[in-house]
Amino acid sequence: MVSTSHLLILSAVLFALGMAGVVIRRNVIIVMMCIELMLNAVNVSFVAFARQLGSIDGHIIVFFVMAVAAAEAGVGLALVIAMFRHKSTVNLDHVNLMKG
Amino acid sequence: MFEQTMFYLFAIVSVIAALFVVAGKNPISCAIALIVTLGALAGVFVLQEAHFVATIQVLVYAGAIMVLFVFVIMLLNLGPEDLEKTPRFSRLKGAGGIFAAAGAALLAWNFVSYAARAARVGPGFGGLAQISQKLFTEYIIPFEAISAVLMAAVVGAVVIAKREL
Repeated sequence: MVSTSHLLILSAVLFALGMAGVVIRRNVIIVMMCIELMLNAVNVSFVAFARQLGSIDGHIIVFFVMAVAAAEAGVGLALVIAMFRHKSTVNLDHVNLMKG
Repeated sequence: MFEQTMFYLFAIVSVIAALFVVAGKNPISCAIALIVTLGALAGVFVLQEAHFVATIQVLVYAGAIMVLFVFVIMLLNLGPEDLEKTPRFSRLKGAGGIFAAAGAALLAWNFVSYAARAARVGPGFGGLAQISQKLFTEYIIPFEAISAVLMAAVVGAVVIAKREL
């Protein structure tokens, strides 16, 4: 049986990769994908602890995380479309002003 | 033994695909790599007796959310001149890589010594019956709140992406 620490290390590695993507990538769509990657890394931790503690609550929190991630993806991609229509770019370096 | 082999297989596939997501040039290939990552993580969830979570991982994440991403990438129809033209190695990338490696090392260092044995779970753990039993009793208020969040997200997405109000 896989020990919990292996799952937590997998979760840490995926989270760090997502964090690196958010920091170094400039394409806003890829930055959003990296955010999804970080959310999934956290889900791995929740599932690992649910298994370790023999409690189902972790799975329910994963369910809520997925619902929030779906809402975030929908609104975020709408923002990307609005930004592309307004500025004709998806590069985050070109969108660095709060005002139009 | 079989479980461990499959876990390492899925873990290695998910990490390699995640590297492609972070390092890929083309947004579409990044999206495909992210779908591979999510599929491999669904396998990890099955090995952890989280069958319902694995199912909605494939249906909601790899299905619905990634279709949305691919749709938006296709809709924007970016040409080669729109893709980011950054140098292969820059100070930003170096700083980001060091930052991420340090974060992963720090997190993993805390977890290596964490070797508590898992509880023995009964049959039906992580199945639909157990989850829905808890979801509709103890977690009913967050469950209803999530529906309000999704509704607000739908309305917000329509308002934001509308051409003119």
